[in-house]
Amino acid sequence: MIPDAAAANRQISRGRVVTLIGLLGLAALYVMALQFTPPERFQGLAQKIFYIHPPAAYAMQMAFLFTGVSSLLYLLLHDERFDLFAEASAEVGMVFGLIVVITGPIWGRPAWGTWWEWEPRLTFTVMELVLFGGYFALRGAIRDPADRAKYSAVMGLMALVLVPFNHLTVYLFASQHPEPVVVKTSKPELPLEMLRTFLTGFAVFTVIYLGFVMQRYGIGARRALQEVTDA
Amino acid sequence: MSIFRMAWVIAAKDLRIEYRSRTALHTATLFAVLVLLIVVFARDGGTVSLATLGPSVLWITIALASLVTLNRAFMLEREHSALDGILLAPISRSALFLGKWLANLVFVLVVLTITFPLWILFYGVAVTPALLLVAGVALLATVGVTAIGTLFSAIAVRTRHAELMLPVLMLPFLLPPVYFAAQATVRLLGGRPLDELLGWLRFLLLYDIAFAMLAAMLFPVVVDE
Repeated sequence: MIPDAAAANRQISRGRVVTLIGLLGLAALYVMALQFTPPERFQGLAQKIFYIHPPAAYAMQMAFLFTGVSSLLYLLLHDERFDLFAEASAEVGMVFGLIVVITGPIWGRPAWGTWWEWEPRLTFTVMELVLFGGYFALRGAIRDPADRAKYSAVMGLMALVLVPFNHLTVYLFASQHPEPVVVKTSKPELPLEMLRTFLTGFAVFTVIYLGFVMQRYGIGARRALQEVTDA
Repeated sequence: MSIFRMAWVIAAKDLRIEYRSRTALHTATLFAVLVLLIVVFARDGGTVSLATLGPSVLWITIALASLVTLNRAFMLEREHSALDGILLAPISRSALFLGKWLANLVFVLVVLTITFPLWILFYGVAVTPALLLVAGVALLATVGVTAIGTLFSAIAVRTRHAELMLPVLMLPFLLPPVYFAAQATVRLLGGRPLDELLGWLRFLLLYDIAFAMLAAMLFPVVVDE
Protein backbone atom coordinates (compact mmCIF):
# COMPACT_ATOMS: atom_id res chain seq x y z
CA MET A 1 0.00 0.00 0.00
CA ILE A 2 1.55 3.29 -1.09
CA PRO A 3 1.09 6.18 1.37
CA ASP A 4 -1.09 8.97 -0.06
CA ALA A 5 0.35 12.32 -1.15
CA ALA A 6 -0.45 14.06 2.12
CA ALA A 7 1.27 11.34 4.16
CA ALA A 8 4.28 11.45 1.82
CA ASN A 9 4.58 15.22 2.15
CA ARG A 10 4.25 14.95 5.90
CA GLN A 11 7.04 12.39 5.93
CA ILE A 12 9.26 14.73 3.93
CA SER A 13 8.66 17.70 6.22
CA ARG A 14 9.25 15.58 9.31
CA GLY A 15 12.40 14.24 7.70
CA ARG A 16 13.57 17.80 7.06
CA VAL A 17 13.17 18.68 10.73
CA VAL A 18 15.04 15.56 11.86
CA THR A 19 17.79 16.22 9.29
CA LEU A 20 18.09 19.79 10.52
CA ILE A 21 18.53 18.53 14.08
CA GLY A 22 21.10 16.05 12.81
CA LEU A 23 23.02 18.74 10.93
CA LEU A 24 23.02 21.01 13.99
CA GLY A 25 24.35 18.01 15.90
CA LEU A 26 27.03 17.61 13.24
CA ALA A 27 28.06 21.25 13.67
CA ALA A 28 28.19 20.70 17.43
CA LEU A 29 30.26 17.56 16.84
CA TYR A 30 32.80 19.56 14.81
CA VAL A 31 33.08 22.11 17.61
CA MET A 32 33.44 19.35 20.20
CA ALA A 33 36.03 17.48 18.16
CA LEU A 34 38.15 20.49 17.27
CA GLN A 35 37.77 22.65 20.35
CA PHE A 36 36.99 20.47 23.33
CA THR A 37 38.75 17.19 22.58
CA PRO A 38 42.52 16.93 23.03
CA PRO A 39 44.54 16.13 19.88
CA GLU A 40 45.91 12.64 19.63
CA ARG A 41 49.64 12.49 20.49
CA PHE A 42 50.97 10.73 17.38
CA GLN A 43 48.54 11.66 14.64
CA GLY A 44 47.71 15.19 15.67
CA LEU A 45 44.86 16.82 13.77
CA ALA A 46 44.53 13.98 11.25
CA GLN A 47 42.96 11.87 13.96
CA LYS A 48 39.99 14.26 14.16
CA ILE A 49 38.51 12.52 11.14
CA PHE A 50 37.76 9.59 13.43
CA TYR A 51 34.80 11.46 14.82
CA ILE A 52 33.25 11.35 11.32
CA HIS A 53 34.67 8.27 9.59
CA PRO A 54 33.61 5.36 11.87
CA PRO A 55 30.14 6.84 12.53
CA ALA A 56 29.62 7.06 8.76
CA ALA A 57 30.75 3.44 8.38
CA TYR A 58 28.36 2.39 11.12
CA ALA A 59 25.49 4.33 9.52
CA MET A 60 26.21 2.64 6.17
CA GLN A 61 26.11 -0.82 7.70
CA MET A 62 22.91 -0.05 9.56
CA ALA A 63 21.35 1.33 6.36
CA PHE A 64 22.21 -1.76 4.28
CA LEU A 65 21.13 -4.09 7.06
CA PHE A 66 17.72 -2.42 7.14
CA THR A 67 17.49 -2.64 3.35
CA GLY A 68 18.04 -6.39 3.60
CA VAL A 69 15.52 -6.87 6.38
CA SER A 70 12.98 -4.67 4.61
CA SER A 71 13.50 -6.67 1.40
CA LEU A 72 12.72 -9.86 3.27
CA LEU A 73 9.59 -8.28 4.74
CA TYR A 74 8.50 -7.17 1.28
CA LEU A 75 8.83 -10.71 -0.05
CA LEU A 76 6.79 -12.03 2.87
CA LEU A 77 4.10 -9.36 3.10
CA HIS A 78 4.03 -7.70 -0.38
CA ASP A 79 3.51 -4.27 1.11
CA GLU A 80 4.97 -1.49 -1.11
CA ARG A 81 6.04 0.46 1.94
CA PHE A 82 8.80 -2.07 2.63
CA ASP A 83 10.06 -1.58 -0.92
CA LEU A 84 10.02 2.20 -0.49
CA PHE A 85 11.88 1.87 2.79
CA ALA A 86 14.44 -0.59 1.36
CA GLU A 87 15.16 1.81 -1.50
CA ALA A 88 15.39 4.84 0.79
CA SER A 89 17.69 3.10 3.24
CA ALA A 90 19.94 1.73 0.48
CA GLU A 91 20.34 5.14 -1.12
CA VAL A 92 21.20 6.77 2.20
CA GLY A 93 23.62 3.88 2.84
CA MET A 94 25.37 4.68 -0.44
CA VAL A 95 25.88 8.27 0.71
CA PHE A 96 27.40 7.17 4.02
CA GLY A 97 29.55 4.62 2.19
CA LEU A 98 30.87 7.36 -0.07
CA ILE A 99 31.68 9.45 3.02
CA VAL A 100 33.68 6.48 4.35
CA VAL A 101 35.72 5.98 1.17
CA ILE A 102 36.35 9.73 0.85
CA THR A 103 37.38 10.35 4.47
CA GLY A 104 39.43 7.12 4.63
CA PRO A 105 42.11 8.25 2.16
CA ILE A 106 42.16 11.78 3.63
CA TRP A 107 43.26 10.18 6.90
CA GLY A 108 45.31 7.47 5.19
CA ARG A 109 47.61 9.93 3.47
CA PRO A 110 49.13 11.44 6.66
CA ALA A 111 48.77 8.25 8.73
CA TRP A 112 49.86 5.51 6.33
CA GLY A 113 51.74 7.60 3.81
CA THR A 114 49.51 6.38 0.97
CA TRP A 115 46.10 7.50 -0.21
CA TRP A 116 44.81 3.98 -0.47
CA GLU A 117 45.46 0.85 1.55
CA TRP A 118 43.50 -2.38 1.13
CA GLU A 119 42.71 -2.15 4.78
CA PRO A 120 39.84 -4.48 5.86
CA ARG A 121 37.18 -1.94 6.68
CA LEU A 122 37.89 0.27 3.69
CA THR A 123 37.86 -2.82 1.46
CA PHE A 124 34.59 -3.93 3.01
CA THR A 125 33.04 -0.54 2.29
CA VAL A 126 34.07 -0.74 -1.35
CA MET A 127 32.59 -4.24 -1.60
CA GLU A 128 29.30 -2.98 -0.15
CA LEU A 129 29.25 0.04 -2.47
CA VAL A 130 29.61 -2.07 -5.62
CA LEU A 131 27.02 -4.52 -4.28
CA PHE A 132 24.43 -1.82 -3.71
CA GLY A 133 25.52 -0.03 -6.86
CA GLY A 134 24.23 -3.17 -8.60
CA TYR A 135 21.02 -2.92 -6.56
CA PHE A 136 20.42 0.57 -7.98
CA ALA A 137 21.42 -0.45 -11.51
CA LEU A 138 18.72 -3.11 -11.23
CA ARG A 139 16.12 -0.69 -9.90
CA GLY A 140 16.86 1.69 -12.74
CA ALA A 141 16.47 -0.99 -15.39
CA ILE A 142 12.95 -2.19 -14.54
CA ARG A 143 9.98 -0.04 -15.46
CA ASP A 144 7.09 -1.96 -13.94
CA PRO A 145 6.82 -0.95 -10.24
CA ALA A 146 5.65 -4.37 -9.02
CA ASP A 147 8.44 -6.20 -10.88
CA ARG A 148 10.96 -3.65 -9.70
CA ALA A 149 9.91 -4.11 -6.08
CA LYS A 150 10.02 -7.88 -6.36
CA TYR A 151 13.39 -8.19 -8.09
CA SER A 152 15.06 -5.57 -5.92
CA ALA A 153 13.79 -7.37 -2.83
CA VAL A 154 15.37 -10.59 -4.11
CA MET A 155 18.61 -8.69 -4.70
CA GLY A 156 18.38 -7.00 -1.29
CA LEU A 157 17.98 -10.33 0.47
CA MET A 158 20.85 -11.89 -1.49
CA ALA A 159 22.98 -8.89 -0.47
CA LEU A 160 22.04 -9.38 3.17
CA VAL A 161 23.39 -12.94 3.04
CA LEU A 162 26.53 -11.83 1.20
CA VAL A 163 27.49 -9.33 3.92
CA PRO A 164 28.88 -11.97 6.37
CA PHE A 165 30.93 -13.47 3.52
CA ASN A 166 32.32 -10.04 2.72
CA HIS A 167 33.21 -9.59 6.39
CA LEU A 168 34.94 -12.98 6.38
CA THR A 169 36.81 -12.10 3.18
CA VAL A 170 38.21 -8.81 4.43
CA TYR A 171 39.08 -10.38 7.77
CA LEU A 172 41.14 -13.05 6.01
CA PHE A 173 42.41 -10.44 3.57
CA ALA A 174 43.87 -8.51 6.48
CA SER A 175 45.60 -11.49 8.01
CA GLN A 176 47.28 -12.04 4.64
CA HIS A 177 48.33 -8.45 4.33
CA PRO A 178 51.07 -6.48 6.13
CA GLU A 179 49.79 -4.17 8.83
CA PRO A 180 49.59 -0.49 7.94
CA VAL A 181 52.97 1.02 8.71
CA VAL A 182 52.62 4.10 10.82
CA VAL A 183 49.66 3.37 13.04
CA LYS A 184 47.65 0.35 13.81
CA THR A 185 43.91 0.71 13.52
CA SER A 186 43.14 -1.70 16.32
CA LYS A 187 41.08 -0.04 19.01
CA PRO A 188 43.24 1.90 21.43
CA GLU A 189 41.91 2.80 24.83
CA LEU A 190 40.36 6.18 24.51
CA PRO A 191 40.63 8.94 27.08
CA LEU A 192 37.23 10.02 28.36
CA GLU A 193 37.01 13.26 26.33
CA MET A 194 37.75 11.41 23.11
CA LEU A 195 35.28 8.66 23.90
CA ARG A 196 32.59 11.24 24.59
CA THR A 197 33.11 12.95 21.23
CA PHE A 198 33.37 9.59 19.48
CA LEU A 199 30.01 8.41 20.86
CA THR A 200 28.41 11.76 20.08
CA GLY A 201 29.45 11.13 16.47
CA PHE A 202 27.50 7.87 16.42
CA ALA A 203 24.41 9.51 17.89
CA VAL A 204 24.59 12.39 15.40
CA PHE A 205 24.93 10.05 12.43
CA THR A 206 21.97 8.00 13.62
CA VAL A 207 19.82 11.14 13.63
CA ILE A 208 21.10 12.16 10.18
CA TYR A 209 20.34 8.65 8.90
CA LEU A 210 16.80 8.89 10.21
CA GLY A 211 16.25 12.34 8.72
CA PHE A 212 17.61 11.33 5.32
CA VAL A 213 15.62 8.09 5.19
CA MET A 214 12.38 9.81 6.18
CA GLN A 215 12.79 12.38 3.42
CA ARG A 216 13.86 9.82 0.85
CA TYR A 217 10.95 7.57 1.82
CA GLY A 218 8.54 10.46 1.27
CA ILE A 219 10.11 11.28 -2.09
CA GLY A 220 9.92 7.60 -3.06
CA ALA A 221 6.24 7.50 -2.10
CA ARG A 222 5.52 10.58 -4.23
CA ARG A 223 7.33 9.01 -7.19
CA ALA A 224 5.37 5.78 -6.71
CA LEU A 225 2.12 7.77 -6.70
CA GLN A 226 3.22 9.55 -9.89
CA GLU A 227 3.91 6.15 -11.50
CA VAL A 228 0.39 5.04 -10.61
CA THR A 229 -1.07 8.20 -12.17
CA ASP A 230 1.09 7.84 -15.30
CA ALA A 231 0.18 4.20 -15.81
CA MET B 1 7.63 -37.57 -12.12
CA SER B 2 9.98 -36.83 -9.26
CA ILE B 3 11.48 -33.39 -8.97
CA PHE B 4 14.90 -34.69 -9.99
CA ARG B 5 13.52 -36.39 -13.04
CA MET B 6 11.78 -33.16 -14.07
CA ALA B 7 14.96 -31.19 -13.42
CA TRP B 8 16.83 -33.60 -15.60
CA VAL B 9 14.30 -33.14 -18.44
CA ILE B 10 14.81 -29.36 -18.31
CA ALA B 11 18.60 -29.66 -18.15
CA ALA B 12 18.68 -32.22 -20.97
CA LYS B 13 16.55 -29.91 -23.13
CA ASP B 14 18.92 -26.97 -22.61
CA LEU B 15 22.01 -29.05 -23.19
CA ARG B 16 20.53 -30.64 -26.30
CA ILE B 17 19.75 -27.23 -27.80
CA GLU B 18 23.28 -26.17 -27.03
CA TYR B 19 24.81 -29.35 -28.37
CA ARG B 20 22.99 -28.96 -31.67
CA SER B 21 24.05 -25.40 -32.37
CA ARG B 22 27.19 -25.06 -30.26
CA THR B 23 27.25 -21.30 -30.99
CA ALA B 24 27.19 -20.26 -27.35
CA LEU B 25 29.80 -22.86 -26.45
CA HIS B 26 32.16 -21.67 -29.18
CA THR B 27 31.64 -18.04 -28.24
CA ALA B 28 32.11 -18.59 -24.52
CA THR B 29 35.24 -20.69 -25.02
CA LEU B 30 36.72 -18.18 -27.43
CA PHE B 31 35.98 -15.47 -24.90
CA ALA B 32 37.78 -17.41 -22.14
CA VAL B 33 40.83 -17.91 -24.37
CA LEU B 34 40.87 -14.19 -25.14
CA VAL B 35 40.89 -13.38 -21.42
CA LEU B 36 43.90 -15.68 -21.03
CA LEU B 37 45.58 -13.82 -23.89
CA ILE B 38 44.85 -10.26 -22.94
CA VAL B 39 46.70 -10.61 -19.64
CA VAL B 40 49.80 -11.76 -21.51
CA PHE B 41 49.63 -8.61 -23.62
CA ALA B 42 48.81 -6.30 -20.71
CA ARG B 43 51.78 -7.56 -18.70
CA ASP B 44 55.26 -6.05 -18.53
CA GLY B 45 57.23 -9.09 -19.61
CA GLY B 46 60.48 -7.83 -18.09
CA THR B 47 59.23 -7.58 -14.51
CA VAL B 48 56.15 -9.76 -14.06
CA SER B 49 56.56 -13.46 -14.69
CA LEU B 50 53.68 -15.49 -16.10
CA ALA B 51 54.01 -17.95 -13.22
CA THR B 52 53.24 -15.24 -10.65
CA LEU B 53 50.14 -14.25 -12.56
CA GLY B 54 49.00 -17.85 -13.10
CA PRO B 55 46.50 -18.31 -10.22
CA SER B 56 45.06 -14.81 -10.62
CA VAL B 57 44.54 -15.25 -14.34
CA LEU B 58 42.86 -18.60 -13.81
CA TRP B 59 40.32 -17.05 -11.45
CA ILE B 60 39.75 -13.94 -13.53
CA THR B 61 39.09 -16.21 -16.49
CA ILE B 62 36.75 -18.48 -14.55
CA ALA B 63 34.81 -15.50 -13.17
CA LEU B 64 34.41 -13.78 -16.55
CA ALA B 65 33.78 -16.96 -18.53
CA SER B 66 31.03 -17.99 -16.07
CA LEU B 67 29.37 -14.61 -16.51
CA VAL B 68 29.39 -14.81 -20.29
CA THR B 69 28.16 -18.37 -20.19
CA LEU B 70 25.38 -17.67 -17.69
CA ASN B 71 24.16 -14.75 -19.74
CA ARG B 72 22.81 -17.16 -22.28
CA ALA B 73 20.83 -19.18 -19.70
CA PHE B 74 17.59 -17.26 -20.02
CA MET B 75 18.29 -15.46 -23.27
CA LEU B 76 17.50 -18.78 -24.83
CA GLU B 77 14.10 -18.79 -23.20
CA ARG B 78 13.38 -15.17 -24.01
CA GLU B 79 13.34 -15.82 -27.74
CA HIS B 80 9.79 -16.64 -28.81
CA SER B 81 8.78 -16.30 -25.09
CA ALA B 82 9.72 -19.94 -24.55
CA LEU B 83 9.84 -19.42 -20.80
CA ASP B 84 6.08 -18.80 -20.72
CA GLY B 85 5.62 -22.25 -22.21
CA ILE B 86 7.77 -23.87 -19.55
CA LEU B 87 5.99 -21.98 -16.80
CA LEU B 88 2.64 -23.21 -18.10
CA ALA B 89 3.85 -26.79 -18.07
CA PRO B 90 2.96 -28.81 -14.96
CA ILE B 91 6.43 -28.61 -13.52
CA SER B 92 7.46 -27.33 -10.13
CA ARG B 93 9.51 -24.16 -9.90
CA SER B 94 12.10 -25.97 -7.84
CA ALA B 95 12.54 -28.55 -10.58
CA LEU B 96 12.91 -25.72 -13.10
CA PHE B 97 15.58 -24.11 -10.94
CA LEU B 98 17.46 -27.38 -10.47
CA GLY B 99 17.30 -28.13 -14.17
CA LYS B 100 18.51 -24.70 -15.22
CA TRP B 101 21.23 -24.79 -12.59
CA LEU B 102 22.43 -28.20 -13.71
CA ALA B 103 22.51 -27.15 -17.36
CA ASN B 104 24.45 -24.00 -16.47
CA LEU B 105 26.86 -25.94 -14.31
CA VAL B 106 27.58 -28.46 -17.06
CA PHE B 107 27.92 -25.70 -19.60
CA VAL B 108 30.37 -23.64 -17.53
CA LEU B 109 32.35 -26.79 -16.70
CA VAL B 110 32.67 -27.68 -20.39
CA VAL B 111 34.03 -24.21 -21.13
CA LEU B 112 36.46 -24.53 -18.22
CA THR B 113 37.57 -27.99 -19.28
CA ILE B 114 38.62 -26.60 -22.64
CA THR B 115 40.21 -23.50 -21.11
CA PHE B 116 42.08 -25.24 -18.29
CA PRO B 117 44.74 -27.01 -20.44
CA LEU B 118 45.30 -23.78 -22.35
CA TRP B 119 45.89 -21.96 -19.08
CA ILE B 120 48.48 -24.61 -18.11
CA LEU B 121 50.12 -24.22 -21.52
CA PHE B 122 50.11 -20.42 -21.77
CA TYR B 123 51.17 -19.73 -18.18
CA GLY B 124 53.79 -22.45 -17.90
CA VAL B 125 52.04 -24.12 -14.96
CA ALA B 126 53.94 -27.21 -13.77
CA VAL B 127 51.93 -30.34 -14.54
CA THR B 128 51.59 -32.07 -11.16
CA PRO B 129 48.84 -34.05 -9.44
CA ALA B 130 48.01 -30.81 -7.59
CA LEU B 131 46.31 -29.63 -10.79
CA LEU B 132 43.56 -32.18 -10.22
CA LEU B 133 42.87 -30.55 -6.90
CA VAL B 134 42.88 -27.11 -8.55
CA ALA B 135 40.22 -28.46 -10.91
CA GLY B 136 38.33 -29.69 -7.85
CA VAL B 137 38.48 -26.21 -6.32
CA ALA B 138 37.18 -24.80 -9.60
CA LEU B 139 34.29 -27.25 -9.50
CA LEU B 140 33.48 -26.33 -5.90
CA ALA B 141 33.47 -22.61 -6.71
CA THR B 142 31.44 -23.08 -9.89
CA VAL B 143 28.63 -24.86 -8.04
CA GLY B 144 27.80 -21.79 -5.93
CA VAL B 145 28.49 -19.29 -8.68
CA THR B 146 26.15 -20.99 -11.15
CA ALA B 147 23.39 -21.22 -8.51
CA ILE B 148 23.54 -17.43 -8.05
CA GLY B 149 23.91 -16.98 -11.80
CA THR B 150 20.78 -19.02 -12.50
CA LEU B 151 18.75 -16.79 -10.18
CA PHE B 152 20.26 -13.52 -11.43
CA SER B 153 20.02 -14.38 -15.11
CA ALA B 154 16.30 -14.98 -14.60
CA ILE B 155 16.12 -11.44 -13.20
CA ALA B 156 18.47 -9.91 -15.77
CA VAL B 157 16.44 -11.00 -18.80
CA ARG B 158 13.49 -9.06 -17.43
CA THR B 159 15.42 -5.80 -17.34
CA ARG B 160 16.54 -3.32 -19.91
CA HIS B 161 20.28 -3.64 -20.74
CA ALA B 162 20.03 -7.32 -19.78
CA GLU B 163 23.51 -8.20 -21.06
CA LEU B 164 25.12 -5.59 -18.86
CA MET B 165 22.91 -6.26 -15.85
CA LEU B 166 24.11 -9.79 -15.09
CA PRO B 167 27.80 -8.85 -14.63
CA VAL B 168 26.88 -5.83 -12.52
CA LEU B 169 24.65 -7.92 -10.25
CA MET B 170 26.91 -10.94 -10.09
CA LEU B 171 30.48 -9.67 -9.81
CA PRO B 172 30.06 -8.39 -6.24
CA PHE B 173 28.94 -11.92 -5.34
CA LEU B 174 32.01 -13.40 -7.01
CA LEU B 175 34.53 -11.49 -4.88
CA PRO B 176 34.47 -13.79 -1.83
CA PRO B 177 34.53 -17.16 -3.68
CA VAL B 178 37.20 -15.94 -6.10
CA TYR B 179 39.29 -14.87 -3.13
CA PHE B 180 38.87 -18.21 -1.31
CA ALA B 181 39.53 -20.20 -4.47
CA ALA B 182 42.53 -18.14 -5.54
CA GLN B 183 44.09 -18.55 -2.09
CA ALA B 184 43.56 -22.32 -2.29
CA THR B 185 45.06 -22.37 -5.80
CA VAL B 186 48.15 -20.43 -4.78
CA ARG B 187 48.75 -22.93 -1.99
CA LEU B 188 48.19 -25.94 -4.22
CA LEU B 189 50.56 -24.66 -6.90
CA GLY B 190 53.10 -23.75 -4.24
CA GLY B 191 53.05 -27.35 -3.00
CA ARG B 192 51.81 -26.38 0.46
CA PRO B 193 50.52 -29.13 2.78
CA LEU B 194 46.86 -30.00 2.37
CA ASP B 195 45.73 -28.90 5.81
CA GLU B 196 46.54 -25.29 4.84
CA LEU B 197 43.84 -25.68 2.24
CA LEU B 198 41.03 -27.01 4.33
CA GLY B 199 39.99 -23.63 5.72
CA TRP B 200 39.58 -22.14 2.24
CA LEU B 201 37.66 -25.16 0.99
CA ARG B 202 35.37 -24.97 3.98
CA PHE B 203 34.56 -21.34 3.20
CA LEU B 204 33.81 -22.26 -0.40
CA LEU B 205 31.54 -25.06 0.72
CA LEU B 206 29.74 -22.78 3.16
CA TYR B 207 29.25 -20.25 0.37
CA ASP B 208 27.89 -22.94 -1.96
CA ILE B 209 25.41 -24.21 0.59
CA ALA B 210 24.21 -20.76 1.69
CA PHE B 211 23.63 -19.41 -1.80
CA ALA B 212 22.36 -22.61 -3.40
CA MET B 213 19.64 -22.78 -0.76
CA LEU B 214 18.81 -19.10 -0.94
CA ALA B 215 18.75 -19.05 -4.75
CA ALA B 216 16.52 -22.13 -4.82
CA MET B 217 14.10 -20.47 -2.40
CA LEU B 218 14.03 -17.15 -4.25
CA PHE B 219 13.81 -18.55 -7.78
CA PRO B 220 10.03 -19.26 -7.68
CA VAL B 221 9.45 -15.64 -6.59
CA VAL B 222 11.39 -14.43 -9.61
CA VAL B 223 9.80 -16.52 -12.36
CA ASP B 224 6.19 -16.40 -11.16
CA GLU B 225 4.13 -13.58 -12.56
